[in-house]
Amino acid sequence: MPSLSPSSLPSAEVTPDQLEQGSSPWHDAWARLRKNRLAVAGGLLLLVLTVLCVCGPWFSQTYQDQNLDLGAVGPGRAHWLGTDTLGRDLLARILYGGRISIMVGLVATVVALTIGVTYGAVAGFLGGKTDTVMMRIVDIMYALPFTIFVILLMVFMKEPSENLDAWLRNTVHLEGLQGFGNMLLLFAAIGAVEWLTMARIVRGQVLSIKRMEFIEAARSLGYGRRRIIFRHIIPNILGPIIVYSTLTVPAVMLLEAFLSFLGLGVQPPMSSWGALIKDGAEKMEEFWWLLVFPGSVFSLTLFSLNFLGDGLRDALDVRASKD
Amino acid sequence: MLRFIARRLLETIPVLLIIITATFFMIRFVPGGPFTAEKAVTPEILRNLEAHYGLNKPLYRQYLDYLVSLLHGDLGPSFKYPNRTVNEIIGDKLPVSLELGFISLAVALALGLTLGILAAIKRNTWIDYVCSSAAMIGICVPTFVLGPLLVLTFAIHFGWFNASGWYTPIDRALPCLTLGCVYAAYIARLTRGGMLEVLNQDYIRTARAKGASEARVIFRHALRGGLLPVVSFLGPAIAGILTGSFVIETIFQIPGLGREFVNSAFNRDYTLVLGTVILYAALIIGLNLVVDVVQVWLNPKLKFE
Repeated sequence: MPSLSPSSLPSAEVTPDQLEQGSSPWHDAWARLRKNRLAVAGGLLLLVLTVLCVCGPWFSQTYQDQNLDLGAVGPGRAHWLGTDTLGRDLLARILYGGRISIMVGLVATVVALTIGVTYGAVAGFLGGKTDTVMMRIVDIMYALPFTIFVILLMVFMKEPSENLDAWLRNTVHLEGLQGFGNMLLLFAAIGAVEWLTMARIVRGQVLSIKRMEFIEAARSLGYGRRRIIFRHIIPNILGPIIVYSTLTVPAVMLLEAFLSFLGLGVQPPMSSWGALIKDGAEKMEEFWWLLVFPGSVFSLTLFSLNFLGDGLRDALDVRASKD
Repeated sequence: MLRFIARRLLETIPVLLIIITATFFMIRFVPGGPFTAEKAVTPEILRNLEAHYGLNKPLYRQYLDYLVSLLHGDLGPSFKYPNRTVNEIIGDKLPVSLELGFISLAVALALGLTLGILAAIKRNTWIDYVCSSAAMIGICVPTFVLGPLLVLTFAIHFGWFNASGWYTPIDRALPCLTLGCVYAAYIARLTRGGMLEVLNQDYIRTARAKGASEARVIFRHALRGGLLPVVSFLGPAIAGILTGSFVIETIFQIPGLGREFVNSAFNRDYTLVLGTVILYAALIIGLNLVVDVVQVWLNPKLKFE
């Protein structure tokens, strides 16, 4: 486009419809995402599942209503997905467990996100020796058997977390927060594992933009490091952060379910998808539906999250090729 | 290269020391001990038990004692299995877990590479779509769903396999398939991506122009570069397969080290927990080193730094 000096532009002749409509990168990305049918389907399915899990339990039987005379019955009109051996409605339990699973997924991702973004941005921005040492620590932690530490943490911190629960109930009188200590422990343990990749990605991004003029400008205005990192750098690398967060959620949910399957995650009478699958796997010989339905819902959720994450990556990262 | 390996091995020492220290103190600072679960132990017996295992000494003393015996290769006595040492237990159970791990890794590589290469060669055809969808399913159906489903279908419904156990070679089929499938899916995706990138390169065109057969182009020229992402994934994959075996061993009732580790944590069997953690950490760090060496060997652009 030839550059024109302002005086040579006949201002009167430019009408609004002649002006080229600008389109922001976010707008472009949204348009690209909408074209990706799998990603849209994944997003919609997630939306429906979340709404069902959040609102469903208000309308159905509660997840802990037992009916021992009924016992386990297969899918039918009264109980769409059947009941478990204690006569509890499986659909209600899946919806209720979904609340916990989705909450763990989101909160633990936020924990991992906060640690990872801060760590990566600081390492990348400071550079030099600090960067080398910080990233070397990440490299070493990568090589560690972290799942093992999470397992140890969940086993050995169980009693302290139960004490915290009892304290909350008896001293602070927070009745509704049953199993709160245990959840807190889950968030911390999972968040502590999943931040490493985020830190690496953010550092790489920071390195690529920290020499750009607008950072130079911010520096010359005398802004402090903290302000530059949080106000100028991080907003500019939101794209990769969003993409990777979307892909962290399924990883976190998988880890939660893994722990619950080993009996270390969410404790009864609360339930999560992992705990339901564990229960189902133990009883599948007689009551197949206890395994098949929670397993399918869980897998479908992971499917949706992965498709949405891949779609977002293609939409937001123009450099990445389609394949 | 020898210098690189030597340096990495030296680096391993402080890392292992940190792991040992962290694990040692973490499991000690938490209430409850190995003998709290046993019913009605009189204080005298408890004192005797603690004296027998050296638990009455100050903690730092126990820690130093442990390090010294570790240097002699002695992981100490188990607290829960009387008259058995941790070395014996690991010697018993580790081969089972390693067998499970290696067969699963072989399954993952065989399945994953085949699907990935097929998908890349037949790009954007129905073969590609089938392979890619299969990979996505493998990623989204976790082992603890896939395993029980396989048992339900092939063991309980069709009766082709035993539902659990680890006795005959055919008992290996379902557990190894379950564990291998998940990693096969990742490997297939990485192979497809890596191969597609390489197949567009000039040296592939040159090879074709020289009249190399298609098979030679794929297997001699493209595969070497296309496999790089797969090799760098092998490190995390090995760690995942080792820890993934905890769930598999639980589902299929396999007497391996993974199940033993989870049980030992529940039982507060301090020495067994520590011994297993050290072993797994050393295994994972060691295998990662092997992966790094292979990576440089495959890609001359990388250097041993």
